[in-house]
Amino acid sequence: MIAVVRFPGSLDHDSAAKAVHAAGGTATFAWQDDAELPAGTTGVILPGGFSYGDHLRPGAIASRAPIMGAVRRFAEAGGRVLGICNGFQVLCEAGLLPGVLRTNTTLSFVCRQVHLDVADGDTALTRGLAPTISVPVKNQDGNWLGDPATTRVVFRYHGENPLGSTDAVAGVANARGNVVGLMPHPEEAVDALLGSTDGLPLFRALVAA
Amino acid sequence: MTRVIVTVMPRAGVLDPQGQAVAISLDRLGFGHVDNLRIGKRIELDVPGDDPEGQARRMCEALLANPLIEDYSIEVAS
Repeated sequence: MIAVVRFPGSLDHDSAAKAVHAAGGTATFAWQDDAELPAGTTGVILPGGFSYGDHLRPGAIASRAPIMGAVRRFAEAGGRVLGICNGFQVLCEAGLLPGVLRTNTTLSFVCRQVHLDVADGDTALTRGLAPTISVPVKNQDGNWLGDPATTRVVFRYHGENPLGSTDAVAGVANARGNVVGLMPHPEEAVDALLGSTDGLPLFRALVAA
Repeated sequence: MTRVIVTVMPRAGVLDPQGQAVAISLDRLGFGHVDNLRIGKRIELDVPGDDPEGQARRMCEALLANPLIEDYSIEVAS
């Protein structure tokens, strides 16, 4: 059972749950005020959106919500956690992933299909992915700032760097590889109707945990 | 309650896209080129207890500033 965590202002929780279903799994929702993840949780998704209206810093307030204590314990026990877009920002603000997401250097909301190079296919979540995947990106604050030399980079933008992130980083993992965050949206690339099914293996890996 | 003003600024060397955009706009308005325009946040709050400065510092460390990209300063009203 995959727990999709909702905060006030989460937007992409339904898409995340549908992607889990498309990968053959089951999903349930957890609420930010919950002290524990739902019983039987085998994986966690922090979905995209604008939790708390991006007030203070994107992901900052959500990262201090009660449920994040449970997510932290789950991750420290080796559980698989996937943060997408705002969920990635939340994981960085929580200190579960390195770096921070800043305003795009374009100063604009960027919404387009991008190609990602899978820089590290050895994590629990990225293992089944093709070397290059096509997924959409849609955000205003996706400009990852961090130290690639000390970070387990798992995704880089292929070709141009649309958001201006350090070293064209699109997604990173923790050292252990069980926590992964990325700005683009693999959950919107799980059905041929949406133009790509390249994101599906990520959810299959999450479900298989 | 003691009045405390917390100022949060982008750290030196960290790109400030908002500041850059405003500097460009000022130039377009005829003010010419300005240097080092940086935009931060001013947070005003009334803090209880007898250690408002320490309390504000703990708030900055816990939430108000992200040390990767921001510096903060604390001013306690006399």
